[in-house]
Amino acid sequence: MIYAILVLGGIGLIMGLFLAFASKKFEVEIDPNVEKIMDILPGANCGACGYPGCGGYAEAVALEGANPTLCAPGGSQVVNDIAAIMGGDGADPDAVKQVARVKCQGDNSKTTKIYDFDTEIKTCATATLYFGGDKSCWHGCLGYGDCVKVCPADAIEINARGIAVINEEKCISCTKCVKECPKNIIEMMPEDQKVTVLCNSKDKGAQARKSCTVACIACGMCVKVCPVEVKDADGNIKKAISITNNLAKIDTDLCINCGLCSMKCPTNAIVNEIKEVKKAEIIEEKCIGCTACARVCPVDCIEGAVKEKHKVDQEKCIGCGLCYEKCKFDAIKMNVTEIRK
Amino acid sequence: MDLGNLFGIIFGSIFINNFVFAKFLGICPFMGVSKKVESSIGMGMAVTFVMTLASAVTWVVQNYLLVPFELEYLQTIAFILIIASLVQFVEMAVQKTSPNLYKALGVFLPLITTNCAVLGVAILNIQEKYNFIETVVNGMAAAIGFTMALILLAGIRERLEYADVPRPFQGVAIAFVTAGLLAMAFMGFSGMKI
Repeated sequence: MIYAILVLGGIGLIMGLFLAFASKKFEVEIDPNVEKIMDILPGANCGACGYPGCGGYAEAVALEGANPTLCAPGGSQVVNDIAAIMGGDGADPDAVKQVARVKCQGDNSKTTKIYDFDTEIKTCATATLYFGGDKSCWHGCLGYGDCVKVCPADAIEINARGIAVINEEKCISCTKCVKECPKNIIEMMPEDQKVTVLCNSKDKGAQARKSCTVACIACGMCVKVCPVEVKDADGNIKKAISITNNLAKIDTDLCINCGLCSMKCPTNAIVNEIKEVKKAEIIEEKCIGCTACARVCPVDCIEGAVKEKHKVDQEKCIGCGLCYEKCKFDAIKMNVTEIRK
Repeated sequence: MDLGNLFGIIFGSIFINNFVFAKFLGICPFMGVSKKVESSIGMGMAVTFVMTLASAVTWVVQNYLLVPFELEYLQTIAFILIIASLVQFVEMAVQKTSPNLYKALGVFLPLITTNCAVLGVAILNIQEKYNFIETVVNGMAAAIGFTMALILLAGIRERLEYADVPRPFQGVAIAFVTAGLLAMAFMGFSGMKI
């Protein structure tokens, strides 16, 4: 017994001393910046930067001069902190967090199953191999949760009606789910984009309607009603929402989040998640009756003759803010009248 | 010292009782580091170094510490202790001398610690009742056999990169199929007597 302890302890001691000696002899200097950056990074090892884990990225930034703005989960805070260590510019303070959104609302109550699997299917990727999955809509979310499995932040869950839902507060913008989804349903959008087309169906209207009750049927109502009109280089008028491949798409750079398209959409494929409902109000002392606001209003809710005080019909106003931007005399203010949950 | 006997040990350990193909030891690094010939040569050299040194040290420990004190039952734990320390040493040395090799080997370098081939050769040496010189030669030969297997597979896998492999077989799957065929080829040596 005593020999056993002595022998093993002795071997351990000798090997320990040998290693201690060797570690001094073979010491490798590590750039202290690597460790500092490592401490700043969120440590999610999500791979959004394209390097193998946070360690790989820290090394790449410190030693190879990699772009310090690649860490999506860290956001501007991390970019600024890295810039403080490595020098260089900090983050763009106006940058808006990008969040992943599932462009499908076709849950079990809106769609049907076209067949039943004989065995248990565990992933969306497998289901897709069988005629594109069991959902009546070929383009819809299959709900087997491939995105849930890859999400490093636990931000995605499959809800009770069998569709993926993303918690935007938890989302760390790593884009892993976007790459994983076999149907390409998930898209990155700016967090402040509150009006979104939650449909991915590229089927023609009649087919889309048959397969799902909340599908975009490409009727074009949204395009017609969109108040934003910008002329591009060729002089063509461009709207903030357009239809390509039988699917409405919102240009997030142009959209002013007025919510008109969402209101007009006959199938409710466009969702308006604006929390603060605003209404325009005209400050009568400042109004000179130029009618500029009345002309720009997309819902014709501003009344008043030329050179007279104008009035906003609070019932009709959708709070798009177009008149607020148009008025040169600061005679319009936007009031928050309702906060939706 | 009988040179013929030593030659028998070398040939036997490399071809007839190849650690990977006949004894199926050390499959983890065999699959993990056989993607590129370059890194597999580096891994092979690291394993050769560890195995030769481990054979020598474990033989000394067995015959001059464990046997005299009747502590043979501590064989496994004592050997693992020695192997782990040697691997640590090799890791430091590789990191210092060749950072690129260190990166290429990655996690498999510390994993030599748990490489069963290293512990296997140490215990087999004792079981076969080899003397010191035979032990060192056997350790080295076994490691060379391992290295050879690694390089053979790496060479084939490099070519497989360009082959039109059916999708379900891509990656590790086809590597295992290849390794199985290689092992069958090496069965041709089994039964040879030297």
